[in-house]
Amino acid sequence: MIRAVLLALILAAPARAEEALPRPAGIAPGDPARGRVIVADRQRGLCLLCHAGPFPEERFQGNLAPNLAGAGSRWTEGQLRLRLVDGRRLNPATIMPSYGRTEGLHHVGRVWQGRTILGPQEIEDVVAYLTTLKE
Amino acid sequence: MRRALAALLLLALPAAAPVGAEERRSGFADMTPATQAMQRDDAANPGMLWALEGEALWLAPVGRAAKACAACHGDAAASMRGVAARYPAMDDATGQAVDLAGRIALCQVRHQQADPAPRESQPALALAAYVGLQSRGLPITPAEDSRMATLRAAGEALYRERRGQLDLSCAQCHDDNAGRRLAGSVIPQGHPTGYPIYRLEWQAVGSLQRRLRGCMTGVRSEPYAYGAPEYIAIEAFLMGRAAGMAVETPAVRP
Repeated sequence: MIRAVLLALILAAPARAEEALPRPAGIAPGDPARGRVIVADRQRGLCLLCHAGPFPEERFQGNLAPNLAGAGSRWTEGQLRLRLVDGRRLNPATIMPSYGRTEGLHHVGRVWQGRTILGPQEIEDVVAYLTTLKE
Repeated sequence: MRRALAALLLLALPAAAPVGAEERRSGFADMTPATQAMQRDDAANPGMLWALEGEALWLAPVGRAAKACAACHGDAAASMRGVAARYPAMDDATGQAVDLAGRIALCQVRHQQADPAPRESQPALALAAYVGLQSRGLPITPAEDSRMATLRAAGEALYRERRGQLDLSCAQCHDDNAGRRLAGSVIPQGHPTGYPIYRLEWQAVGSLQRRLRGCMTGVRSEPYAYGAPEYIAIEAFLMGRAAGMAVETPAVRP
């Protein structure tokens, strides 16, 4: 019985959801204003293709993923960073792309090969912006 | 006990069941009434211009054989009825699967002794639209052929394979998230019921391969070259998945 309860607890626990990534050495703290621009840019951040967010000026926001409003209340800065850099480490089945990973990808287009979706400073800017989204 | 067993059985069901026959939905159902009306009305459907051009090509003698399609096949309304509904199919001479455009090109080479129109060229799309039109309203009926079953399995593997810088598979959008909105667009289930289609975004008729390339580029992956066997395999899988749904060629899509 105790074993069954323990097993249920283990299965129910979010897999390492509390894990976080520190800001990489040599990268300056992010700028929330720059981060907001990246999030809204459909060629750079791509975020609004799947997420809606507090962007009253942006039409056509997606609904494949949670609303970004309140992201800064739900997660710490380090947890947000991990979700951006490589969310697949938390949930291998997620549709959230890994913005800071180039390994383990297949059939990458020639112009994108060896490049991450965002650079480390851009990721810092987005993280800085998302931490401001308190509910 | 019996209830517990039933609950267990329910739990054992796969969480992500494949799109069932009852829930299958053509992209037509998610279009605005105006775009639906455009597809329904032959006088308003721009794809019919391609089909009309295809009819002229069907009747025109070409190649060193100076033969028209009609010289062998006669009236397309009779001879081509249902043909597009069962492609891709095996070409027995080569042992390779071909899509409808590939079959038309083979016919041009073998029987008309003509240089086939390149893929995605206006005449190639026009003939495919005309032949496809002869199956409009008929159910998609993939061939019962073990070689095609192998091809469909290969196509399904490609459909489920993550690709590109965004690391997404076809299935992650078109199975798992169909009906939701990617930016402003409803994600369709991806049934190839109406190809070649007139796409408002293209302002032209295009093939399924063009559409697949659009998605591949969208996830920042390298698209295969036109005519690649990977596209034929994906099409074979998708047509199997859409078996029984009505052909809409030439469909209109946003």
